[in-house]
Amino acid sequence: MNKKQIYPTYFTFGTLILYVVLYVLPAVMGIGYSFTDWSAYSDQLNFVGIENFKTVFSSDYNYMKMIGNTLWFTLVTTIVKNVLGLALAVLMTKQVKLLNFHRTVIYLPCILSALIVGMIFKSVLNPKIGLLNTALRAIGLDGLCQKWLTDSKIAFNSVMAVDIWKGMGYIMTIIIAGIMAISPVYYEAAAIDGGNAWHCFRYITLPLLMPTLTVTTVLNVIYGLKVFDTVYSLTNGGPGYATEVLYTGVYKEFGLGRYAVGTTLSTIMFLVMLVIGYFMIRSMAANEDVEL
Amino acid sequence: MKKKKLWSAIGVNLLAWVLSLILLAPLLLILINSFKTKQAASDMTLMLPTEFQWSNYAVVIEKGKLATTFINSLIYSCGSVLICTILSAMTAYVLSRNRSKTHRFLYMFIVMGIAMPINFVTLMKVMQGTHLINTRIGIILLYAAIQTPFNVFLIHSFVGKIPTDIDEAAVIDGASAMRVFVEVILPLLKPVLVTVMVLTFLNTWNEFVLPLYVLGSSSKWPMTLAVYNFFGMYFKDWNLVCADIVLTSLPVVVVYLLGQKYIVTGMTAGAVKG
Repeated sequence: MNKKQIYPTYFTFGTLILYVVLYVLPAVMGIGYSFTDWSAYSDQLNFVGIENFKTVFSSDYNYMKMIGNTLWFTLVTTIVKNVLGLALAVLMTKQVKLLNFHRTVIYLPCILSALIVGMIFKSVLNPKIGLLNTALRAIGLDGLCQKWLTDSKIAFNSVMAVDIWKGMGYIMTIIIAGIMAISPVYYEAAAIDGGNAWHCFRYITLPLLMPTLTVTTVLNVIYGLKVFDTVYSLTNGGPGYATEVLYTGVYKEFGLGRYAVGTTLSTIMFLVMLVIGYFMIRSMAANEDVEL
Repeated sequence: MKKKKLWSAIGVNLLAWVLSLILLAPLLLILINSFKTKQAASDMTLMLPTEFQWSNYAVVIEKGKLATTFINSLIYSCGSVLICTILSAMTAYVLSRNRSKTHRFLYMFIVMGIAMPINFVTLMKVMQGTHLINTRIGIILLYAAIQTPFNVFLIHSFVGKIPTDIDEAAVIDGASAMRVFVEVILPLLKPVLVTVMVLTFLNTWNEFVLPLYVLGSSSKWPMTLAVYNFFGMYFKDWNLVCADIVLTSLPVVVVYLLGQKYIVTGMTAGAVKG
């Protein structure tokens, strides 16, 4: 039978039009515009070569700080979320009473809007009335009280902590599914051989979870590089540039009308993402039954 | 041996409760303070209110224009769910069934979108050029476009598990391609389509970056943008801000509790072989 007749290619046109016009086209145009002096203040458009890239990578501005922050954010949140997610998943597949209640609660922050979570933690981390400092004072640890979001030394750590609080349940849920997919036969064999809990984790759970952990790592990296909402609502990049990341930077450039630099930052991210996207497809395809 | 087991069981349960409380405390804080007076809420503690101020909610609905923004969010979420689900299902079906070189390339091309960042600056130019900027239909199409890659990916792997004999039998019986898809395939896709619909609804409801760029007029704002704006104006009235946060998050929590099974399936798809 003719596959083209049963499965007509025009079925894909709706998706392709939307995707190409609203997603791919801006990205490709962005590459072109990053070689111009596009701005809100002039109708003229001049080719300026790699001038914008020089600006972004020069030490005279704060763009390198943004890029550095974004990479640091991605690295730290990816590692911590994976480690905590794994620990939580191991705990939540044990004989815990009310297991579903606990899983539901730990996953709950993931479904809340990142903006809302930011607002909630603006209250919790408030130095005077916030829940965290109040709790610290109540148990006599006044010395640990901090200006969590306004002290430029710790603000970025606070932002990352909030993001980890929100996102670790997601990673836990994925890893739980991974642990459930491991055949109990392995653990039975290990028990017969006299293996303890640590042996089971180290030599059965962990190696068999590697494909799952690869995917969670890729997902975390993609998310981390694109982070905006949490930072925007918690600190909006401040104090100074202490918590500025790429996307908050792009938004500010856009607001200031400096379109060329904004689009250059996006283009740099686009090129990085192409490479990461390649790894994402490979790691995800490994879990799908079909080859690509 | 038995005693050791008992202690470890207690330890594990205790740890689970401590963790759950760490995750619940900030959320309870918001809920509790949404019922307090302005004075009582000014120090944001977990103490229960002496008297429940239900009027906070009435004030917020009126001052925060929550009726309009709720309708807006509902339109955007339902609109993008409808468009995205139909288009993604059609695309995933064809790309999964026909594995020619072109089709495999198209699949990769679309799925790459899961990782791709949005270039907001040039997107604004495209939105202006297509006259979609600051329009309801524009933001709905945008939400549909950015969520299509993941949804195509989800449905694609599901279609692969449905035997092709079914469509071939229907074609031999004289059904057209569209009829095979609508009457034979779509009903079989129901579980994954529910997942796609729930996830798309939640993501659209929670998102606020696109409206921030695209929707200039406040009459078109969704709830997320409105609550942020409200926070800016009433940051001294924590009781009202809390009530606004509760109302904005309520639909999401309800959908989560009802559709938990589908959300977890969707979130874990592609990450776990199965």
